Amino acid sequence: MASTKNYWKSEAELNSNDPAIQKLRNNEFVSELPVDQFLGNKETLDNTSTNRRDFLKFVGFSTAAATLAACEGPVVKTIPYVVQPEEIIPGVANFYATSIANGFDFASVLVKTAEGRPIKIESNREAAYFSGANARVHASVLSLYDSSRIQGPSLQGAPVSWSDLDKAVIDQLNATKASGQKVVLLTQSYASPSTAALMAQLQAVYPQVIHVAYDAVSKEAALNAYERIYGQRALADYDFSKADVIVSIGADFLGDWQGGGFSAGYAQGRVPSQGRMSRHYQVESLMTLSGANADYRLPATNAEQKRILAAIFGGLSGTSIAVDLTEAQKKMVDAMVADLRKAGSAGVLVSGIEDVDAQLLVLAINQWLSSASFDPALPRTITSANASEVNAIIPAMAAGQVGMLITDGVNPVYSLPNGGEFAAAMQQVPVTVVFATTPNETTEVAQYVAAAHHYLESWGDMSPKAGQYALAQPVIRNLFDSRQIQTSVLNWLGVDMSYYDYVRAYWENNILGASSWSQALHDGYFAQTASGRSAVASVDAASSAAALAGSQGVAMELVLYTKTGMGDGQEANNPWLQEFPDPISRVSWDNYATFSKADAQALGIVNEHVANGGLDGSYVTLTVGNTSLKVPALIQPGQAPGTVGLALGYGRKSGLKELMQVGVNAYGFYQAFQPVQEVSVALASGMHEFASVQLQNTLMGRGDIIKETTLEIFNTAKAEQWNEKPKVSLDHQEVPASSVDLWDSFDRSIGHHFNLSIDLNACTGCGACVIACHAENNVPVVGKSEIRKSRDMHWLRIDRYYSSETSFEGDNQKKDDFNGLFGDEGSLGGFGQLEDPSANPQVAFQPVMCQHCNHAPCETVCPVAATSHSRQGQNHMAYNRCVGTRYCANNCPYKVRRFNWFLYNNNDEFDFHMNNDLGKMVLNPDVNVRSRGVMEKCSMCIQKTQKTILDAKREGRTIQDGEFQTACSAACNNGAMIFGDVNDPNSQVTSLSKSERVYHLLEHVGTKPNVFYHVKVRNTTEA
Amino acid sequence: MKKVICLRSISRIFSLLFMSMSLSFSAVMAQEAPAEDVQKGKQLFNQNCAACHALNRKMTGPALAGVVAKYDGDKEWLYAWIKNSQSLIKSGDARALAIYNEYNQTQMTAFPLLSNSDIDAILAYTDAPEPAPAAPAAVATAEAGAPAASGISNEVILGALVVVFGLLLMMLVFVRRILTRIAQVNGIYTEEAKTEIPSFWKYFSNNPFLVFVTVVFLLLFSAYQVYGYLMQVGVDQGYAPIQPIHFSHKIHAGDNKIECTYCHSSARTSKHSGVPSLNICMNCHKSIYEYKGNPEGPSAADIAEGYTNEFYTGEIKKLYQAVGWDEETQSYTGESKPVEWVRIHKLPDFAYFNHAQHVTVAGVACQTCHGPVEEMEIAYQYSPLTMGWCIDCHRATEVDVKGNEYYASIHKALSEKYGVEKLTAAQMGGLECGKCHY
Repeated sequence: MASTKNYWKSEAELNSNDPAIQKLRNNEFVSELPVDQFLGNKETLDNTSTNRRDFLKFVGFSTAAATLAACEGPVVKTIPYVVQPEEIIPGVANFYATSIANGFDFASVLVKTAEGRPIKIESNREAAYFSGANARVHASVLSLYDSSRIQGPSLQGAPVSWSDLDKAVIDQLNATKASGQKVVLLTQSYASPSTAALMAQLQAVYPQVIHVAYDAVSKEAALNAYERIYGQRALADYDFSKADVIVSIGADFLGDWQGGGFSAGYAQGRVPSQGRMSRHYQVESLMTLSGANADYRLPATNAEQKRILAAIFGGLSGTSIAVDLTEAQKKMVDAMVADLRKAGSAGVLVSGIEDVDAQLLVLAINQWLSSASFDPALPRTITSANASEVNAIIPAMAAGQVGMLITDGVNPVYSLPNGGEFAAAMQQVPVTVVFATTPNETTEVAQYVAAAHHYLESWGDMSPKAGQYALAQPVIRNLFDSRQIQTSVLNWLGVDMSYYDYVRAYWENNILGASSWSQALHDGYFAQTASGRSAVASVDAASSAAALAGSQGVAMELVLYTKTGMGDGQEANNPWLQEFPDPISRVSWDNYATFSKADAQALGIVNEHVANGGLDGSYVTLTVGNTSLKVPALIQPGQAPGTVGLALGYGRKSGLKELMQVGVNAYGFYQAFQPVQEVSVALASGMHEFASVQLQNTLMGRGDIIKETTLEIFNTAKAEQWNEKPKVSLDHQEVPASSVDLWDSFDRSIGHHFNLSIDLNACTGCGACVIACHAENNVPVVGKSEIRKSRDMHWLRIDRYYSSETSFEGDNQKKDDFNGLFGDEGSLGGFGQLEDPSANPQVAFQPVMCQHCNHAPCETVCPVAATSHSRQGQNHMAYNRCVGTRYCANNCPYKVRRFNWFLYNNNDEFDFHMNNDLGKMVLNPDVNVRSRGVMEKCSMCIQKTQKTILDAKREGRTIQDGEFQTACSAACNNGAMIFGDVNDPNSQVTSLSKSERVYHLLEHVGTKPNVFYHVKVRNTTEA
Repeated sequence: MKKVICLRSISRIFSLLFMSMSLSFSAVMAQEAPAEDVQKGKQLFNQNCAACHALNRKMTGPALAGVVAKYDGDKEWLYAWIKNSQSLIKSGDARALAIYNEYNQTQMTAFPLLSNSDIDAILAYTDAPEPAPAAPAAVATAEAGAPAASGISNEVILGALVVVFGLLLMMLVFVRRILTRIAQVNGIYTEEAKTEIPSFWKYFSNNPFLVFVTVVFLLLFSAYQVYGYLMQVGVDQGYAPIQPIHFSHKIHAGDNKIECTYCHSSARTSKHSGVPSLNICMNCHKSIYEYKGNPEGPSAADIAEGYTNEFYTGEIKKLYQAVGWDEETQSYTGESKPVEWVRIHKLPDFAYFNHAQHVTVAGVACQTCHGPVEEMEIAYQYSPLTMGWCIDCHRATEVDVKGNEYYASIHKALSEKYGVEKLTAAQMGGLECGKCHY
């Protein structure tokens, strides 16, 4: 029955006589459709003889014509060199040794170039120092091909010639020399002896030039402390491989602390050998890589850390210092003191507290221990930055005392807390010249923008440690009309020589002695014995300890830190690093405020999984002084209550593609270069959409995914107890799961059989392998919204798990103790509880890539045999054969297969490096670029193993152990990933495969993977 | 766009014309028999001098035609100069210094081993008048001779057979007609001719089974045809594009027997065989500035195609232009224009092929895949380059493992396993997908 009800949208509608209402009722669209506009003149349209049938004919004809035309193959041109460079053979990659020193990252690297294009960064393992490239260094090759790079010098945005720029600078140099105004040269820390000499030469000619080195993330307190005691502005060096007991008070030494690069030595001591491994205590406020790897970890605020440090000093020196500590803290301090005392010179203590007293105390304690790991005699000389000099620049500029400002490698408008003031003060300077590779906040307000070389286009050198030198050489001719500042300085000085000649002359006169320049350039590094530095003053430890003991906390501490992916933000336009999931939070494309669970509950902050599988989080407003920021909040297990963590390096806007403008700029809070600030937090409206690649944070008692034990059990018990092999029932007999087979096995006894060994003790979760894999295998970047839909393409992921109880063993115990569905021990509620990480959880990292199962579940379900097995143990994936059913991914127990939901190259929707010609230059020519609709996954770098085999065949020789490498195993600085041929009885991987610690992931499934893991051993006494 | 030449017929015509050419060859040679020492001098000149000197042309050194007259017949001076020019220059000889400075103080190689009579022979050659170009009459006779020589062709035989069969058929028809007429005349009953012969078509259409079978066969046949058509899409066998410079592999690899990897050197070490860079061309073409392939001139077939000596010389000039070589000053201008060759062999991106593996390790001859390159006037794709073609070869080819230490243990174990003496590439894992697709 029809209803007689009238529905009305507005009151006016009730008056049915209104003509406007009548019209509205009759027409679907309120305004008349502008048909004429898009069909042209209505009259012509009416008069035209073309009818609908004709139109269809034309469409049909043109489609047919296009189809026919498409049958014609394209004509491909091949353009050889006119004069082929001697060292280039098309198709054969060349490697060059160079080094990176960008003020934040330092490393000796090998650069792989294909037909003259740098395509991959490898660690220069032969270098004596900084021989390990981290994730950012691996990704730095992509920044060379940044499509937004500055292509030439400009004045107020208009192109200008280098000679005009030089003339302007020289004129101003002479003018200021006469007028007495200063010229400020604000640069990154070069750590370059030749550049230092060059700058001194500039200052000798123009005494009004002041060279100020500026690190966006300061190491001021440690520099000041070392300078006070040892008389040089440098940093004490540490070698953790020599330590049995490592105590870290707030130092993320596995992250970016004091230049990083400590993890290789640390990992050496972490692999149990002959029943021994180092013990690592960590006291920290945020959850860091170091804390995640520690045996004992205590969350503490910055003020508590200072008090704990004072208490440790008191305990070690036997002086009684009145320190206010909680029971848990006292217990931890007692344990640390006892272990350090016992270890003596095998103990070491480091601290990241940005306080001179704390850093002085660190020097004192290590001196007192006469720690073997502590090397103050040959210090790190990576930075010459001086905060007070930086702070003095803005007032000087504002007061008109500065006649010219030249910057290089820094972005002060972005990275200074008072960047706005800096920009305003720059307007008071008659001439400003900014050297930069990409447009940024500082180039926006500069008069002259000088296009700078990328480090892969530059000559250079560095001396990161006394006696250790490295050379940098260009591996490609500059892509644009750019120049490095050293060349310009030589021009300004009127010296008629290139910077190459300058570096070479400097090295030959000052460094090399009788050694050969060519050899040093070939090696990329040079080491000589340097005279050690001894203390010039003694530490007044008692007063420092007293000062620390009395430190009082604030209601809420903001702790600023740098993320493994983004660092200080120099490479914010690098899509690999943006997409790199943070090792701890597993969130990509963002920075966020991290809170402890207790604080989050008190503030009403929620993190929730929404229907589309994404993670959402509340917004909070953080206020430090007069600065406020609305920031998304993330609940971080293990964070000290009373602290808020926020990463620096995000929130860059200027010069970045819109997709890359993510996060907030936390440098506004970085006042007085103090990473710890008093903050007030208020819940803000709205929910933020995170792009997190891991939503399941705990193992829920599934101890067979990450097996772990303690050193005590490992040393005393039989392997079956701590590394139990799964059993299945066959004919009513319990037999090892791996001995039961549905299928006949392949014979892999002949030829090569590749295995990858992953030691969970040596893996610190640094993620260098993830980026190396990205670069080697042309893995596409998919962007934030796709990551949120779990469509990340990483072939290699590093899973991070938290324990729900205080330890993973506790989780296993709890699960085993479940009894029935309901009640206190019921599994129904119990599993729910196991999903929540503990307030101070144990953490474990597990790199997972395709396991290359010998009985691969993916192979049996592929309807087109696109994935198949090889005799060498690699699971092959023929992309061109794949039809995209995704059966294989569904049948993979390890979830390592990745599907190309879209075309990720030449697609404006994914406007990353694969969408422009410049960015595509980074692609590896030996690996296919996958198209839409096909599955892809780790190939165990078959292009690399095949090349190794071919080289041996060509040279008619057998293959030595260590020649076989995958991108990840080559990138691993810690020796956690070892790749090789298990059919070679003498290979390292063969001996590793016989270790008692070996287990396979989900061994009971019977997939027989060619990747194996080593049981994680923790050096703890209880549990 | 793509031009595929019917190569077989061309090569056939070539071979015919060459045969006829050779007939006229001896006649031309007989016309002008040079003096013996001129002959010897030519040989010596080509061995020792031609790298830097030409008769009528400035190269690295001066043109040598009439050099005796230039130095007023002072043979002693010439002997001294040729044997050791440097000592002559050091002695301060005015003529020596003049020529030394004229050619940018380029040192001439000393030839102390040349005897005076050798030098005499060379000088005789430089003084001898240039042989006249080949008589065009010879070409004309060659052209006339060409059709006569083609009697053996298969096509002709087939044509003749067709004619014979046609004649036979006609004869049969005639015979039948005559016999019928005779029968009619003789009154023999010929009713059967008038009875309604069930036509084939009627018989066919009345038989549903036959119709069905025929339709099925027709469908299958057309499906086969369509399949065949589709399978050759993207297969560019025979693809012989027109190149910006007419480079004749026949002249280089065939006539002059230059080894393939002399120019395509990266085939030994790289996945790419590599198109040679122009500096490789200039290794030889710095001194080979004109084409003198046939002293008696080009063959009729070459002329028909336009492949005259002047044509080839013109192509060398194209090279000079591209590489920026100034013939006048014998120096590089620095203005180069890279040659945009049209790529003939192109595998799709998803297929990985490595030349070094096949050329250096396996020792496969280039011709196995690239065909008779030494006979190709215009390079073309000889093989289909399809996956089936690759696999057929991998199944059949035995791996050459002799003297390669890499294979020693693997080969021993595998041959025991398969119980064979020699292993094919397939048995070594050469059919696994991931070996070529990654």
